[in-house]
Amino acid sequence: MKYPFPVGRSDFIQGDEAIARAAILAGCRFYAGYPITPASEIFEAMALYMPLVDGVSIQMEDELASMAAIIGASWAGAKAMTATSGPGFSLMQENLGYAIMTETPVVVVDVQRGGPSTGQPTLGAQGDVMQSIWGTHGDHSLIVLTPATVQEAFDMTIRAFNLAEKYRTPVALLTDAEIAHMRERVYTPNPEDIELVYRKLPANKEEAQYPFGDIHGDMIPPMPIFGKGYRTYVTGLTHDEKGRPKTVDAEVHERLIRRIINKLEKNKEDIIAYETFDLDDAEIAIISYGTVARSAIRAVKLLREEGIKAGLLKLNTIWPFDFEMIEGIAEHVSKIYVPEMNLGQVYHLVKEGANGKAEVELIPKIGGEIHTPTDIIERVKRGV
Amino acid sequence: MAVKIYSKYDKVKYLRKEALPTALCPGCGGGTVLNAFANALDELKIDPKDIVVVSGIGCSAWIASPHFLADTLHTTHGRAIAFATGVKVGLPDKKVVVISGDGDLASIGGNHLLHAARRNIDITVILVNNFIYGMTGGQVAPTTPFGAITTTSPYRNIEHPLQISETVAAAGASYVARWTTAHVYQLIASIKKALQVKGFSLVEVISQCPVQYGRRNKMKEPAEMLRWFLKNSVPVSKAKKMPPEELEGKFIIGEIVSRQRPEFTEEINKLIKEVAERYGLGDDDAD
Repeated sequence: MKYPFPVGRSDFIQGDEAIARAAILAGCRFYAGYPITPASEIFEAMALYMPLVDGVSIQMEDELASMAAIIGASWAGAKAMTATSGPGFSLMQENLGYAIMTETPVVVVDVQRGGPSTGQPTLGAQGDVMQSIWGTHGDHSLIVLTPATVQEAFDMTIRAFNLAEKYRTPVALLTDAEIAHMRERVYTPNPEDIELVYRKLPANKEEAQYPFGDIHGDMIPPMPIFGKGYRTYVTGLTHDEKGRPKTVDAEVHERLIRRIINKLEKNKEDIIAYETFDLDDAEIAIISYGTVARSAIRAVKLLREEGIKAGLLKLNTIWPFDFEMIEGIAEHVSKIYVPEMNLGQVYHLVKEGANGKAEVELIPKIGGEIHTPTDIIERVKRGV
Repeated sequence: MAVKIYSKYDKVKYLRKEALPTALCPGCGGGTVLNAFANALDELKIDPKDIVVVSGIGCSAWIASPHFLADTLHTTHGRAIAFATGVKVGLPDKKVVVISGDGDLASIGGNHLLHAARRNIDITVILVNNFIYGMTGGQVAPTTPFGAITTTSPYRNIEHPLQISETVAAAGASYVARWTTAHVYQLIASIKKALQVKGFSLVEVISQCPVQYGRRNKMKEPAEMLRWFLKNSVPVSKAKKMPPEELEGKFIIGEIVSRQRPEFTEEINKLIKEVAERYGLGDDDAD
């Protein structure tokens, strides 16, 4: 199969473009979207590329519909994606919850901009972190990935599809206006070198009877997609293993919700991704993710040059969250700094993880500007 | 005893027996709609394996889900048609049918209804209009007649009802018909036609809710509501000759529109072919 963009070599492209290309290489053949800054370029690229790879890109009437359509397409058997920014992400929360409840693999890209409300449409922010994890109502879990570069946006889009298919769950990819519109060198591998994961399908009719049953003991039911004659029943109501509504049975509800959460929690080791820089002998830790991690890497280098033993933990996923790892770091450092382009979101997760073993300090910044390395260095030095 | 009753009903083969009896109240029009749908499929000899049912939230969403034995997506409130759009594009060879109510499809989901009709995507919508939010306790709907009593218009309704069929026809649907639960054979015929039409089709069924609507509006018996439907039904052809003020409070029944228009999934395929011809990448063998 040929692709409408170069493969097996590097290209100089925007983050939004990288996400669209990666989605197509990951096997995405259904895209539904609604225009919104700064995510529209993902949609435009999909509209351009999809017909060339026998795929479909639809402009829906709003983000509620976009989210609904990709879930419908996923049950029809397609790998499906939508992309939006904060205001649209708010509208998608309703059906994101439906995707969680019905264990539907889909990928949702949220290109963050300043909020709340219409806020700062063209400027980057990290204000949607808690929304991406807890935006929809009820007890639940999903996977949230946080790229810091255009290359990572590309790589993590492929990973987002693989995780969605493997765990039968929605996956959110959180970028921001900076990554979306920044051009960087991106290496696109040859398609045959990209490892792709496909959802587990029922091996036979018997297995298809349990669209929501832990029949393999791995907490991930095979997905009896529509059109195969299984007569699958899918509902957002609390349902039993066969999919039948059981709305007032506390035991059924608990079993369902705990499995949905545990299938991710118990596979944290596989899902959680991070990188460390000079962390082993660090006395001061910086924990960062997304765009700000770029400045944090530089800050650690400069602090080391000045003889301050700083180290960085760069989170590539922010949910599920590895609270134990944070506690482990907290035991070996005197202080943890969390620079974020918000007024404290992952900060609270880190603080919970640190469990009082080290002081945790937030380095917030809002308004649309990224932290400079100096912003971080000055705060760290003040504490030394 | 229950088994005995169902065994007398030959369309039971289309239903999930374990989901019976339905959650619908005695006297509800929902059973008539389910029966009409089952009969339409039976007469057309459509295998339920070739159908995907999509529904939303509310009493009328429960007409087909979980009772109808086909692949079924029981979705969030108002969004059924948007979900159905994804299903239809993914499975263009299957018949995708949305069965839901007036509050679900024409109020909270009104925008999806309009745009699906505009796209003319090949989905059949059976919209059960009972003028009320039944499941939540009888609140006013965008279809509630002017002056009617509901739990959120306890004095009288001061809004005017949306003419759903006419609105959907104006938005571009291939086929739109309106009947009442007192016109069962005509309803079956229209559902059959809707299932066969290529494009967006809507069958609006005026249906009785004696419990939440009739009871508060001097028609607590189901039969009283059916008589009200029959007395106030005006065929489309006759309605065309009547002045608007005479049509106030009437139900215009029959085919509102039936026409051929380009269908969305066919247009998608045309576009893919066209793009491949003009900008085609070819396959690897062609190198």
